[in-house]
Amino acid sequence: MKPAYDVLVIGAGSVGVPAAWALAARGLKVCVLDGAAGPGQGQNKAAIGGIRATHSDAAKIWLCQESLDIFRSWTEKSGDQIGWRQGGYCFPCFSEKTEEHFRKLLAIQKTFGLGIDWIDAAAIGELVPGINRRRLRGGTFSPGDGSASPMMSCTAFYRHARRMGAEFRFGERVTGFVRAPGRIVAVRTDRGVVAAGEIILANGAGARDLGAELGLDIPVFSDSHEGGITEPVQRLFEPMLVDIRAVPGSKNYYFYQNDEGQIIFCISPDPLVVGKDTRATSSFLPLVARRMCSLLPRLAGIRVRRTWRGLYPMTPDGSPVVSAVRDFSNLKIAVGMCGQGFMLGPGTGMLLSRWIAGGQTERDRTILEKLTLYGDFSKGVEELK
Amino acid sequence: MNGRIDSHPILAPARGGMVDFFWKGKKLRAREGEVISSALFAAGEKIFGSHKKDGSAMGIFCANGQCSQCLVVADGLPVKACVTAVRPDMHIMPCEGVPAAPSEEWARTNAGHEFQMVPVIRTQVAIIGGGPAGLKAASQLAGMGIRSVLIDDKPRLGGKLVLQTHTFFGSVEDCFAGTRGIDIAVKLENEVLSQPEITVMTSTQAVAVFSDRRIGVVKNGSYVLVEPDAILIASGAREKALSFKGCELPGVYGAGAFQTLVNRDLVRASSKVFIVGGGNVGLIAGYHAMQAGMHVVALIEALPKVSGYKVHKDKLVRLGAPVLLSHTILSANPDAAGTGVGSVTIAKVDASFKTVPGSERVVACDTVLVAAGLSPCDELYRQAEAFGIKVFRAGDAEEIAEASAAMFSGGIAAAKIANALGIKVEIPAVFQKKMNILKSRPGNISARPAGGCSGVEVYPVIHCFEEIPCNPCVTACNKGLIILRGSSGTLMDLPYFVPGDGKGTCSGCLRCSVFCPGLAISIVDKRKAPPGRAFVFIPFELVPDFSVGSHVPLLDAEGVFIEEGEVVDIVDRKWQDKTLMIKVLASANAADRAIGIKYQRDAEDIRVPVRPEAVPGDHGENIVCRCEKVTDREIRAMVREGFTDMNSLKAIRCMMGSCGGKTCTPLIKRIFAEEGVPSDKITDPVRRPLEAEVPLGVFANPRIEEEPDYEARV
Repeated sequence: MKPAYDVLVIGAGSVGVPAAWALAARGLKVCVLDGAAGPGQGQNKAAIGGIRATHSDAAKIWLCQESLDIFRSWTEKSGDQIGWRQGGYCFPCFSEKTEEHFRKLLAIQKTFGLGIDWIDAAAIGELVPGINRRRLRGGTFSPGDGSASPMMSCTAFYRHARRMGAEFRFGERVTGFVRAPGRIVAVRTDRGVVAAGEIILANGAGARDLGAELGLDIPVFSDSHEGGITEPVQRLFEPMLVDIRAVPGSKNYYFYQNDEGQIIFCISPDPLVVGKDTRATSSFLPLVARRMCSLLPRLAGIRVRRTWRGLYPMTPDGSPVVSAVRDFSNLKIAVGMCGQGFMLGPGTGMLLSRWIAGGQTERDRTILEKLTLYGDFSKGVEELK
Repeated sequence: MNGRIDSHPILAPARGGMVDFFWKGKKLRAREGEVISSALFAAGEKIFGSHKKDGSAMGIFCANGQCSQCLVVADGLPVKACVTAVRPDMHIMPCEGVPAAPSEEWARTNAGHEFQMVPVIRTQVAIIGGGPAGLKAASQLAGMGIRSVLIDDKPRLGGKLVLQTHTFFGSVEDCFAGTRGIDIAVKLENEVLSQPEITVMTSTQAVAVFSDRRIGVVKNGSYVLVEPDAILIASGAREKALSFKGCELPGVYGAGAFQTLVNRDLVRASSKVFIVGGGNVGLIAGYHAMQAGMHVVALIEALPKVSGYKVHKDKLVRLGAPVLLSHTILSANPDAAGTGVGSVTIAKVDASFKTVPGSERVVACDTVLVAAGLSPCDELYRQAEAFGIKVFRAGDAEEIAEASAAMFSGGIAAAKIANALGIKVEIPAVFQKKMNILKSRPGNISARPAGGCSGVEVYPVIHCFEEIPCNPCVTACNKGLIILRGSSGTLMDLPYFVPGDGKGTCSGCLRCSVFCPGLAISIVDKRKAPPGRAFVFIPFELVPDFSVGSHVPLLDAEGVFIEEGEVVDIVDRKWQDKTLMIKVLASANAADRAIGIKYQRDAEDIRVPVRPEAVPGDHGENIVCRCEKVTDREIRAMVREGFTDMNSLKAIRCMMGSCGGKTCTPLIKRIFAEEGVPSDKITDPVRRPLEAEVPLGVFANPRIEEEPDYEARV
């Protein structure tokens, strides 16, 4: 008997929702399950909204290039507001060693056709009026990158997925699987059993637990990062600023001014805080404020409105797992986005749709080889994470 | 223009020096320490800026730091006008749309270069909120030797008691009944200030509770973390908003906001006030408006009965203010300039609260007070609870009730906290019992006759018909001639004048009348009165617009005109604490019924159908989220699309504004209900820090010259 759905997506988040949209657009009957009450209620809404293709790893570059195309053209094509803004990314540099490193990476990035270049301190001063130029040597700037509202984007993808016929079942949690030799017949939930031809695991930080149900060792371990958002102010600067200097207590931090005019910021604590605790801590605001105010003193007068803490579903090498599964022919996993699910999501969704509905490209196959579950995760963390 | 209240029957004119400040470059004067909004109101400036979305006028709404409608730009930075004190020579500009980012020049002088760690204050108990509950709890804890830090965002302790010019209900021995709220605040404050165990932090805003059991507080622009063993949330309540057309016009305020302007800051906020909501807050606000010399056009209530105390309603109607039951507001209509309120459109409603067609009418006013009830300020409690911190709550933050009940709940919370900290104390059962009585909703209204007393020449007439927890008249009568009698055997029973039994007779000392919080007791004295006539003493708390020799219209308890009487004396002895006793000569029959002197004499009686005036045309939409101007229509569309997670509404920016959903969340829930989504199917919005917006630089803690000695730093 043919199952009720062609594809069942587990997780209505940064990856699952655009995947459902891409698959439904190809005429497949799609069902999405999520334990939350609405779309994007996991880590999507904790994302700060940065979208860049200027990574150092080919698979991520290609996925994000496709994502960027989708974000950039979304409003024109659909009329939905998603808060897209092409402000670029800027990595300011303060030491000779880092400059050397950045310049080396630039050469690699340029081979992918990425619009990224070295700019001097004066040019950064023009991009970010009022930036503290002490020891500033210049930095990289990639004007093609940008940002969008994760919540508005996810809602837009959700609406289009539904319009294309995808069915979303919220408040329905996956508890297990009905297996047959070599494949998964159906998914068990707290409400019943849902059968589908293909199953996509796109549940981010929860992937490891569900994988264990199937005897899979999915190497996704969460650590947590706190973020914040200010009141809106008139345009102060355009790019996402990423300061990768490490100081006692924190590694990199980054912030940008979104389409509403609000400054959104986030910091990587040092040491990393491993686990799924998303409760606010008293150390975050002083830590991030000291660093932001010394880099851009004008921020000191802008009022912080809200803070939150989200999870980075990390893999050992900092690259996502987008992979087939040897033991189950109809299971695909797209998890471990390492805090970049929002920017990787639409591209990953498109890749999944070509994979399942046909039209897979040579590049898709290369990406899947690089992001396979069965690769060597010990090759070290990606540069410029 | 002088927008200050210079004469008030209860409040002394504000004292203290004046400072200069600049509004749009024009020099104005403010009282020292006064908040910006009141200084601007006093100068007749009520429009503080324009909304980023549609350019519409913005002004005061909550006057309590909750809503962020009153943003202005002060010395280069956006601030809430209602909670920011004017500094000498401050330059204030309207906030037009999205404010500019701080300038480089500002940053050079203000941002600081060196930063330091944030100080931590360790204590046993952190109490958030210095109103009746928090103050009482702090005193009780101190009595047990427990140290506490008491945090309040206002410069003065007392919470909303500092707005209450009327005398309180309850019992004299338990909760200062018969004393004015403003005076209760001082008593509680002094008790706290005399205890070395209590560290008081006023003008200090608690902005977040963190999972590491620390509370982030901002005092004088500095960030401090308080680390207690236990937390008491006694942060009171905020006013509920209503959504109707024009509800976002400046001139539509919370009733409590109005009391803040008028009673705390003595600012003449308006001249013709229209009140929506017949709970105690709305009724009292109407009374306070009249005390401040403003005209109360009407008070409306959608229910067929006011939900507040009947004596509060009676106080209004027997001064001549109309109270319209089974009425609703359809819209607040803009004035000629389009930036304020010019009138309201109201209509009758049927038993199912549907508007009765053809009953619409337009009433001119310049202010609409929304008194739609209160909701607890319990965000920090919920946050702390979710973090597994030892947290307690008291007063309105726990359950909306009178200040008298809040004091008991503070005492009970103190005992619970002591136990949680390992100090064994009994919570006296009588505490709980008394608190429950004080929390009681008004009970039955008795049909007993108020007046007359045969065989004696001097007697009180008690116009008190509704069971409420109150007994100052009993305590006031030195001869014990007034007793409570009824089925409950508690404070809820009604008072009766019972002469005889060897206790003597009423001497006409006036004490019961003066101390009655409802001003519901008159004293009839037939001695020396001409035949068929009597003197009646009527309690009065307004600035009299009559004098000895005037003929005044006497009203009964329901506000119905009886006859004109002649004022023969105005008794104002010191012990009366500003409650005047107006001695009027009237017919004996009228004397037994009279308890009011019509004050708004030349008022248009809006109960009489007015000339058929056109209902103003449609002007805009119902705003639900005030911060981001999200309309009822937009929210309803998402509900109909099937969204049941309130967090999803953030995609249309509901709850994303400055107030964090404090104002609109209850209104959105109502829309879900109206659209047939049961409340158990709705997912509540996630609450996150901060409780108020704080400049980023405050958390960076730039180095200052002198710093206090703190125990630890993180």
